[in-house]
Amino acid sequence: MKELMSGNEAVARGALEAGVRMAVGYPGTPSTEILETVAARYPTVYCQWSPNEKVAFEVGIGASIGGGRTLVTMKHVGLNVAADPFMTFAYTGVNAGLVFISADDPAMHSSQNEQDNRFFARFAQVPFLTPSDSAECRSMLLDGYELSEKFDTPVMLHMTTRISHSKGIVETQEPSEGPDLKFVKDPSKYVMIPSHARERHLVVEDRLARLKELAETSPLNVVENNGSRIGIITGGVSYQYSKEVAPDFDYFKIGLGYPLPMKKIADFVSKHDRVIVVEELEPFWEDMIKAEGIKVEGKKYLGVQGEFSPRRVAMALSEAGVLEREVPEASSVDLFPRPPVLCPGCPHRGAFMALRKLKVAVTGDIGCYTLGVLQPLNALDTCICMGASIGNAIGMEKVKGSERGTVAVIGDSTFFHSGITGLVDAVYNQSNVTVVILDNRATAMTGGQQHPSTGKTLMGHDAGVIDIETLCRALGIKNFRRLDAYDYDAALETIKEEIDKPGPSVILTTRPCVLMPKRIMEEPYVVDLDLCNGCSACFRISCPAIAAAEQTNKHGHPLAVIDETLCTGCTLCSQICPEEAIVLKSQFVKA
Amino acid sequence: MSDRNYSILIVGVGGQGVLLASELISAVAMEDGYDVKKSEVHGMSQRGGVVSSHVRIGKKVYSPTIEYGQADVVLAFEQAEGLRAIDWLKKDGVAIVSRTQLVPAIVTASKQFSYPDDPVGMMKARTDRVIAAEADKIAGELGNPRLVNTILLGALSHYLPFDEAQWLQAIKALVKPKFVDVNLTAFARGRELKLDAATV
Repeated sequence: MKELMSGNEAVARGALEAGVRMAVGYPGTPSTEILETVAARYPTVYCQWSPNEKVAFEVGIGASIGGGRTLVTMKHVGLNVAADPFMTFAYTGVNAGLVFISADDPAMHSSQNEQDNRFFARFAQVPFLTPSDSAECRSMLLDGYELSEKFDTPVMLHMTTRISHSKGIVETQEPSEGPDLKFVKDPSKYVMIPSHARERHLVVEDRLARLKELAETSPLNVVENNGSRIGIITGGVSYQYSKEVAPDFDYFKIGLGYPLPMKKIADFVSKHDRVIVVEELEPFWEDMIKAEGIKVEGKKYLGVQGEFSPRRVAMALSEAGVLEREVPEASSVDLFPRPPVLCPGCPHRGAFMALRKLKVAVTGDIGCYTLGVLQPLNALDTCICMGASIGNAIGMEKVKGSERGTVAVIGDSTFFHSGITGLVDAVYNQSNVTVVILDNRATAMTGGQQHPSTGKTLMGHDAGVIDIETLCRALGIKNFRRLDAYDYDAALETIKEEIDKPGPSVILTTRPCVLMPKRIMEEPYVVDLDLCNGCSACFRISCPAIAAAEQTNKHGHPLAVIDETLCTGCTLCSQICPEEAIVLKSQFVKA
Repeated sequence: MSDRNYSILIVGVGGQGVLLASELISAVAMEDGYDVKKSEVHGMSQRGGVVSSHVRIGKKVYSPTIEYGQADVVLAFEQAEGLRAIDWLKKDGVAIVSRTQLVPAIVTASKQFSYPDDPVGMMKARTDRVIAAEADKIAGELGNPRLVNTILLGALSHYLPFDEAQWLQAIKALVKPKFVDVNLTAFARGRELKLDAATV
């Protein structure tokens, strides 16, 4: 059957067809929809969110050793978190096949860096496959299980944002049961004490040699001859961009991205006058090919930053002198930016308004609340990686202190992901940090996924619930407060008081995400234009529901209006309006 | 089946229904036997940022994104976003733009940025092929602001190789039953929109 699917949906479909028994991961753009699709459309496949990628990978390893085909999903930086189990699992190998997704994010559409995770496959000496469209996401996942089981290795499926989130037509097939395997005790393979691991390292080297041989004949690497003197070596979405702008060149399309078939590549290169390697981010293939003494070009025309596009590939091939094509100048339209913002009624807003007012040092974390850094909230001072806020705050406070205090802000899902150990450090080393856990009861940034305190599993079943207060108190937090972040004065007061106390404090905000599970649509607020004096205090809280009115004050500054369809009635703007011009709609009676 | 490829760039602001529009176009094209690819970026774009969706239709489509300067149609749900995307249009392409104006907080709260006075006029200064419609007002008349989507698709329908019946069938298949009739009306209203007389 033919269906239009995103790369992520196609991977989910592939999991069903491969007979996967365990699909596990942690949400992260652009990988999130893989497990969401499994849960929504293929309920016969067991799937779960784990609290972080390391645990997810460890669950996956257990499932593979236990005898069930396994899919583990994460975004690129998630593999940093999961690197510890991954690097040693490369030694033990699998029982049932294990394929894991590394969804990279060139151009950082929704990430803190654009690391190229193909290096991770080489680092661990495991193969990776690199699909170029949705159909290949499905088919290569199935190929991945064959490879995993035949070569006793975890296999990486390397995706990027454009592969994960682009849709294309996928031909689906019937689901299979997968191989019928059982757990077999084998300590020399699975217990990595030094004496066993030394033996396994030899196995890994031998496996890599055999994979190199396979690569030379694998149908995953395709040569397309069009009779051109110009050759392109490429894979992933870069293949599509190249074909779009230069369909008549000869192509070496890489599907098995590591290890490379160097003999086949040398043969391809020898038959062409010029060969350009077209790959996003680092010169991963280019450097390996050049190291074999094979003459290719690439990065000097294409660059290492950001994602490619048909235009960028066309420009590079023109610059290389192999393609004659008119490439239009970049747009000269110069417009205001439109960055993402916190939603109207977002409960994070009140906390950030208070933190900005208090002028404290604020270490941030990964989630919707990272948006608190943008104008006009300007309320964050650091953002490094998942869970980093608490450790960052401890370090900052230990070396210099902060006259006004050091505050870490972290979301609930991020706290469970990797904030707990930071809090352990704060208690252990008696740091004077104040940790604000912005608990909106969802993994909101990625679309509101469940997590260990929401009460539901990914599959929609009732779940064990971890209570954050009980957890914090058990860790030894003595100063614990709850805060309604819609109450601006309470936010100011609570944070200030906790900053002044010695030792670590935790403040737990209590309002759920406005997008889930149901909107808190109360009565909207309106601006009384007779009272509004255009001071712009409400503009500076960065609420999308507040806009400039056509009317202006005597200085020409606009008065404010509220879009009633967007206002959630959170009351924050009304609390900070010095003229008390923002009132409930029902109270706004005009003569 | 048409031998040429069609590239449609749909732009707007998070929450406006850009992705729904691209789903509907893709469904019509796929039903007609075309190869289809489309691309958009999720994640932060859902939080009031710029949303764009590239739709590509043809016998065989390679890139899921449109080559800059090669869009047959730019379909804009917001006028400043239409202006931002206007140079993606190819020479004889058509821009279809809703005169909707959404001013972000970053503009209202700062003196550094301003919203252009006449984004549609600036689009027309670059190409004489602009269809500008008060789509949000028409949607309001029909009783639902979300119909901007279907109105714009009606205007778009003249520029893609599908019959009206194919569009209507897709609307019936994809829209919830109780909203089908009003969407069909919105589509018809959109089909009445033509290139602005002053600019033809």
